[in-house]
Amino acid sequence: MKHLKLLLLSLAIGALVVAPIGQGNYIIYTLCSWLLFSISAMGLNLTLGYAGQVSLAQAGFMGIGAYITALMTLAGIHWIVAAGVSISTCFAVGLLLGYPALRVQHHFLAFVTLAFNTLLFLVLRNEEEITGGSFGLVGMPRPSFFGISTNSNLAFYYFSLACFLTAVAVMWWILRSPWGRSFKALRENPIRAESLGLKIRRQTLLAFAIGSAFGGLAGAMQAPLVQFIEPGSFALVHSLKILLMVVVGGSGYFYGPMLGAAVVILLPEVLRFTEGYYLIIYSALVIVLMVFSPNGLIGAGQKIWTKFRPKHEERRDMQKGFQL
Amino acid sequence: MNAPILSVRNISKQFGGIRAVNNVSFDVRKGEILGLIGPNGSGKSTLFNCILGQLKPTEGHCEINGKSTDGVRPADLSLMGVGRTFQQLSVFPKMSVLDNVILAGQEHEGTMLSRLFGKSDAGLTDKAKQLIEFFRLTPYLDTEAGSLSYGQQKLVDAAMAFMAGPGIVLLDEPAGGVNLTMLAHLKDRLMTYNRDHGTTFVVIEHNMEFVMSLCTRIIVLAQGEIIAEGSPDEIRSNQMVIDAYLGG
Amino acid sequence: MAELIQILVSGLAAGSIYALAAVGFTLLWQASQTINFAQGEFVMLPAFFVLVGVHFLGLPLWPAIFFGLLLSLLILGVAFKRLIVEPMLPHGTLPLVIATIALGLLLKESVKEFYGATAQPFPAIFPQTVYNVMGASVSLQDICNLAVSMLAIGGLQLFLSRTRTGRCMQASAQNPAVAEILGVNVKRMVLYTFLINAALATIASVLISPIYLAKFSNGETLGLVAFIAAIVGGFNQIRGALVGGLLIGVIDNLSAVYISAEYRAAMPLLLLIAIILLRPQGLLGTKEGRSV
Repeated sequence: MKHLKLLLLSLAIGALVVAPIGQGNYIIYTLCSWLLFSISAMGLNLTLGYAGQVSLAQAGFMGIGAYITALMTLAGIHWIVAAGVSISTCFAVGLLLGYPALRVQHHFLAFVTLAFNTLLFLVLRNEEEITGGSFGLVGMPRPSFFGISTNSNLAFYYFSLACFLTAVAVMWWILRSPWGRSFKALRENPIRAESLGLKIRRQTLLAFAIGSAFGGLAGAMQAPLVQFIEPGSFALVHSLKILLMVVVGGSGYFYGPMLGAAVVILLPEVLRFTEGYYLIIYSALVIVLMVFSPNGLIGAGQKIWTKFRPKHEERRDMQKGFQL
Repeated sequence: MNAPILSVRNISKQFGGIRAVNNVSFDVRKGEILGLIGPNGSGKSTLFNCILGQLKPTEGHCEINGKSTDGVRPADLSLMGVGRTFQQLSVFPKMSVLDNVILAGQEHEGTMLSRLFGKSDAGLTDKAKQLIEFFRLTPYLDTEAGSLSYGQQKLVDAAMAFMAGPGIVLLDEPAGGVNLTMLAHLKDRLMTYNRDHGTTFVVIEHNMEFVMSLCTRIIVLAQGEIIAEGSPDEIRSNQMVIDAYLGG
Repeated sequence: MAELIQILVSGLAAGSIYALAAVGFTLLWQASQTINFAQGEFVMLPAFFVLVGVHFLGLPLWPAIFFGLLLSLLILGVAFKRLIVEPMLPHGTLPLVIATIALGLLLKESVKEFYGATAQPFPAIFPQTVYNVMGASVSLQDICNLAVSMLAIGGLQLFLSRTRTGRCMQASAQNPAVAEILGVNVKRMVLYTFLINAALATIASVLISPIYLAKFSNGETLGLVAFIAAIVGGFNQIRGALVGGLLIGVIDNLSAVYISAEYRAAMPLLLLIAIILLRPQGLLGTKEGRSV
């Protein structure tokens, strides 16, 4: 089982390495944006799928990351420093935003983040002297590492892939540590978790802040990829889009966000022939998916899998006559 | 004579015009198994929730090892060495039995940061496995806790309450809805654990037979007040208790 | 002074319409724990139903409004509950939140594709006479809008507190299990709530569209405002949603004039954040006890 997993993992990484070879610029660009949205969605999945809180500001955090990175790299500072600042700023803003919101129950984090994202959009649009207003910022340089430039699209893809794999490794590390267990416990039964010594507010806050920091990294990658950022790219509707990625893929599953990001980014291409009806079909599909499989595509896949698999897992207590 | 591990000091709790608990005080000594019984509406659940910090008492307070628990949140109470089980099923249904039990111990080890960056938690895993074996749940180590039978989940709940090595465990109706074979097993496990580790128990229970055979001392509540206190034999023959149950 | 009166009146008029949407929002939350992210689109849509009645079926205005109301009850009330909310309730709040987000998108894009992307003029219901009151110009339309919304909300409040059905609805919202035991048909009561929400949305739509024109994207702002009004006022109270709506309307108009047009949209948001920080249960809300 473990060997199989390793094999599959190396196959997947291998596929990611060869994927862009011989492809046109547009496909490479799409792949890059899939990678960066996967990172962002992965962060949101930690908040939503593991800690059970709705954040509607993931695009806002990407915006913070993108604008910080853009301004710093335009001022001649290296990308790696800018990205570090972006990530830590998003983490700090996450803490500041989440601390008051999580003092109260219900879905207050959702409301606070919603307001935050909208406010951020207004600030980005109105503070023209810094952010360039609705004209945005252009011409961010792509970074170079040890003299190797990532100016070509292929090179930038491998740079994005490296960021993506790092993010995946960090997320995997978090989830396999005791924190991962705490996050799952929070989602499943917060009252019981608290009675076992888990400081639920602190743990949830950290999940949200870390999730936001992932958004910051994605933003830091977006600035040099698109080389043009404007407030509209980080409006509330994009936060909803990232939320959809997480839920469509399957929130609470490790690979859910990557699948979801692929679907949300690729579906417009697949449905291109439907022209204007694309969003209509897309939103209808999301509703149908939510009605029939609230655990997203991975959840639906699992459902089908267990249906067709012979039932070998009977209740073991029945088998062994272990009377309890 | 050892010092009390839990002292309940003049606890009263008022809901609107109703005094659910009226000036109740008692001590729980280390190593004893105290039963808290009473007819429906006698205030024992309210008292229990006051002790555990889920409800704020109108008057009075509790002390754990001499430290007041006034305003202490449930998480901190757990870190002070108070374990508890729940009346309703309270496992983490989608996590394996092993993860359930490890989780119950991990917050008591190290700091927030060491839990993220620290080395493996092999110590916890071994300890959890021992507890699971103690409750005879080893065949279900990797089973999702939610797919176990009701009685088995109650055992997991108990194992979780013991995982952090608490000085005192409060059990909220452990026998409720559990079949007879299972009940005998649960009682045996609790008594063994009490004997081996000297852990103190406070048990709220409806099932008289279970309480009488498990507990070393029993407190009877009726209409928010203590009406009797003593060994199971004394309680069994106490006329006031019989009246309270028949009249209540 | 004259300017202030003018701002107050138009603020209250707009706010009362927001309140209609916010009240519906609150009702849905109480009755079925549904956070309806499509509420803005629910207010945007009925105007187009009415326009279809006027332009394609050749109906006069009032029959067309009745036609729009019927369609709204059917689609935004019955179908929304039966096809989306009901099957999803057992899954918890989150999938439903996602589904209503998608529903909002669906309604918006459908209107854009099937009716048109440009803003449509909407026939005025009330005469657009402007009176001069103490030097301030006050439009009759604003006064009428305010009056109609207040009547609708007042009537709803009376219905909920005075009639048997209304009390059954409140009981179902507060404790469905107990209501069921007492013989209340909880499912039917929830359906009534959805119908009332659809009706409130229709009223709001018919009142607001003559002012802002009917446009597929109207729901974005309206939904956000209704949402903020509901939380600011207190999520578990009709009165709260009313006060929240009026307050947002007035603040919005005040900040457009006295603060800056650029940050006009930020004021309600700042108010929202301030409320969540200082008084999370809302202005009129009551604290919900800590769950044991």
